Amino acid sequence: MADASPMRADVIVVGAGPAGLAAAHAAATDGARVVVVDENPETGGQIWRASHRAPHPRARALLAQLERDGVTTLRGTTVFDAVPPGSLRAVDAGGHSVALEAPAIVLATGATELLLPFPGWTLPGVFGAGGLQAMVKGGLDVAGRRVLLAGSGPLLLAVAAALRRSGARIVALVEQADRRAVRRLAGTLWNRPAKLGQAAALSVRLCGVPRHHATWPVRAHAGGDGWLRAVTLRGADGSETTLDVDLLGVGFGLAPATRLAQLLGCELDGDRVATDDLLRTSVPGVHCAGEAAGIGGVDCALVEGAIAGHSAARRDDLALRARRRLRRERGFAAALADAFALRPELRELPTSDTVVCRCEDVAYGALADHRDAHDAKLATRCGMGPCQGRICGPALRFLRDWAADRVRPPLVPVPMAALRETLATTDSTP
Amino acid sequence: MPDAGDNLRVTIDGTQIHVPPRTTVAAACVMARATRRSVAGEPRTALCGMGVCFECRATVDGRLDVRTCMLHCRDGMEVHTGG
Amino acid sequence: MTSVPRTAVIVGAGIVGAACADALATSGVAVRVVERERPGTAGATAAGMGHILVLDDSPAQIALTKLGRELWDARADRWPTRVERHVCGTLWVAADDEELAGARQRAEVYERWGVASRVVDADELRLLEPNLRGGLAGGLLVPGDSVVYPPNAARVLLDAAVSAGAAVVERAPVTAVGDGWAELADGTRLEADVVVVAAGIATPRLVPGSGLSIVPKKGHLAITDRYPGFVRHQLVELGYLKSAHGAVRQSVAFNIQPRPNGQMLLGSSRQLDDDDPRVDRCILAAMVARGIDYLPRLAALSVLRTWVGFRPATPDNLPVVGPLADRPGLWVATGHEGVGITTSLATARLVADRLCGREPPIDPGPYDTSRLREASTHA
Repeated sequence: MADASPMRADVIVVGAGPAGLAAAHAAATDGARVVVVDENPETGGQIWRASHRAPHPRARALLAQLERDGVTTLRGTTVFDAVPPGSLRAVDAGGHSVALEAPAIVLATGATELLLPFPGWTLPGVFGAGGLQAMVKGGLDVAGRRVLLAGSGPLLLAVAAALRRSGARIVALVEQADRRAVRRLAGTLWNRPAKLGQAAALSVRLCGVPRHHATWPVRAHAGGDGWLRAVTLRGADGSETTLDVDLLGVGFGLAPATRLAQLLGCELDGDRVATDDLLRTSVPGVHCAGEAAGIGGVDCALVEGAIAGHSAARRDDLALRARRRLRRERGFAAALADAFALRPELRELPTSDTVVCRCEDVAYGALADHRDAHDAKLATRCGMGPCQGRICGPALRFLRDWAADRVRPPLVPVPMAALRETLATTDSTP
Repeated sequence: MPDAGDNLRVTIDGTQIHVPPRTTVAAACVMARATRRSVAGEPRTALCGMGVCFECRATVDGRLDVRTCMLHCRDGMEVHTGG
Repeated sequence: MTSVPRTAVIVGAGIVGAACADALATSGVAVRVVERERPGTAGATAAGMGHILVLDDSPAQIALTKLGRELWDARADRWPTRVERHVCGTLWVAADDEELAGARQRAEVYERWGVASRVVDADELRLLEPNLRGGLAGGLLVPGDSVVYPPNAARVLLDAAVSAGAAVVERAPVTAVGDGWAELADGTRLEADVVVVAAGIATPRLVPGSGLSIVPKKGHLAITDRYPGFVRHQLVELGYLKSAHGAVRQSVAFNIQPRPNGQMLLGSSRQLDDDDPRVDRCILAAMVARGIDYLPRLAALSVLRTWVGFRPATPDNLPVVGPLADRPGLWVATGHEGVGITTSLATARLVADRLCGREPPIDPGPYDTSRLREASTHA
């Protein structure tokens, strides 16, 4: 099959969130030809995702820099196959195949929301918390709608504030962690004026919103039209309340998006991509920065992006200098993870007839006899659908301690025609 | 909402709606209360909003299995959720 | 071993091992099955397509595949839904008049063997499968062929064996076997009147020096999202057998299979001398191109996954079923190449009938291990 010649660069960055943009800028400053690929129609990642009205100011500044740096950005372009170190194949928004080739790549693939199954979570009107914010940024009109935000982590606060600004009525903000743990985290912020300021600003913007701790959603109820009507919450003391809502945003934190790294053969460290001091992965030429290398938030991602960008451009000296800032950010990330650790009661969220694999409608009870993801997949189809286990995989990691199943091309479903074209380089690693 | 004049016409499962520019097709589908059917026949809408869950996929202008949360509406677009 | 065995150890719970367990346990033998992973989740059983079809490559092959299909059909009422059995038939597609002439010859062979088939012309081909490209010459329809989902079929067969008293040891790799014994990785030694090694491509490693020539033949598959009705029969190009059994190092042939849920499995590729378990992008591209050549609209359909499997292939394309020389308590049942799902039940029948002193329904000679000795003498 004739193959269009690939787009060549010195460094390819996959993901145009904070880590990816910072990596692209660092590498370009070092004189590298850089191409950034991102599957979203807009750059900025989820955190800086432009609302349908205005782009995020920090993203705008970094993007302007990238333009001056001469960085090529491919938006709406989804990487579906990769051969180490830097041979990638993607499809653009029109479904056409794009080949990319570079001696070094930076994986800045971010994270996905951890979505835990509970009765009713498949109803129309239930979204991930970040998912609901993304929908609103994508034009979903929530003015006057009653919104419940539940789950865990600081993202809930940010989403609540953003939705309130878009005119939503935040019915309640429900955090599974204990109030004490969250307060303890706030106590560690005394030497972080910027973060303390952000936290204070959020509190002001959420003034008047009922907030519950040690509480979580246990059931979503449908109205006569089949859409979400109400949500039942349960507290750690066993009490239950039901709130009437139009929309539910529910997320239990973030899970690193590691599938591209896995396809490239990068080793994992728990649920994240294993990296060294210079954010090199176990595969030569492949670097990883941002949430995929460990959940750390935007400030951490920016520092990591710079390190990975310099290191990919072979300026290890600059990478090491940037590294000094990382320890502080990593320390904060660890405190966050600790404060918002998921409580074991959440393992009881799904009942035996709760759908766990939404693609194939596999109920939790069907998995009872299985001991790992691969075995369950072959026997029950769990994780066999179009999302390829991206939703049920992290959930089952929490619920059952199941490691993710093997990753094979294509990383996302692509038109058959995209597979007809071969990768420019064949895989020659042993 | 911008002026109706700036809005785009999108047809979702035969129903025409108007949305502002840069609205994603997934957001338009939710506003039109259009749902996809799961393999067991349950109604579904977008979940993750960021291209991960594939719950929002639809046929857009004849192209199959498009993640509609990753795509902006265009004037005259035809969307079929199969719901 | 001349008397009927009282005990048997079966090494491998792929489809062949599971079928042997079922056949022996229901014959009254006390069976223990040892499997390195979990039943049906490894090897060619987990990776393959799952077609039940009659192949006319040689008289011995048609005899075995025909018996296999009959045995699958005989249990029709007992296959639960999760086996996904679907009698969709096979439509062998003739690209040109030469291939159509081949189809006619093949129809005659099938007729001699009592297998229903029918030659269709170009117009009927288009009616049967509207998504095939124009310009094809016709085809051969074999309506009795079917498809199943092999991992669950293996589990169902094993469950039947367990109901008849068999025991299953999972995640227990076998490190060595001999005349009436098998040793596990943890040092456990299992003894039985007979050991049946149904370990697919791992079999030669377990029985060194037996003259067994079984090589892994790498294959690729791609599965689509759900498009019910896109194809209605299993479609195979008539050049398939040339590709499947040719001496060339690598080949691709068009083969697509509709699953009951509307998904489609696209094959096929064959590569010798390649034991890399990763997807070979060049071969995959060639295989997909072949599929799109026959089904142009396939180009727009979504592929969910691709993967690789290894078929246990023998020099004469027939499985190896029987006792090893001078070791009457050590049997093998492997080498089924790409038709192991079809022939699993027939293989199990031969094993059980021979071990229990019953007359097998077909001559077991062509599949017997004795030909290995001849081959090694002549080598």
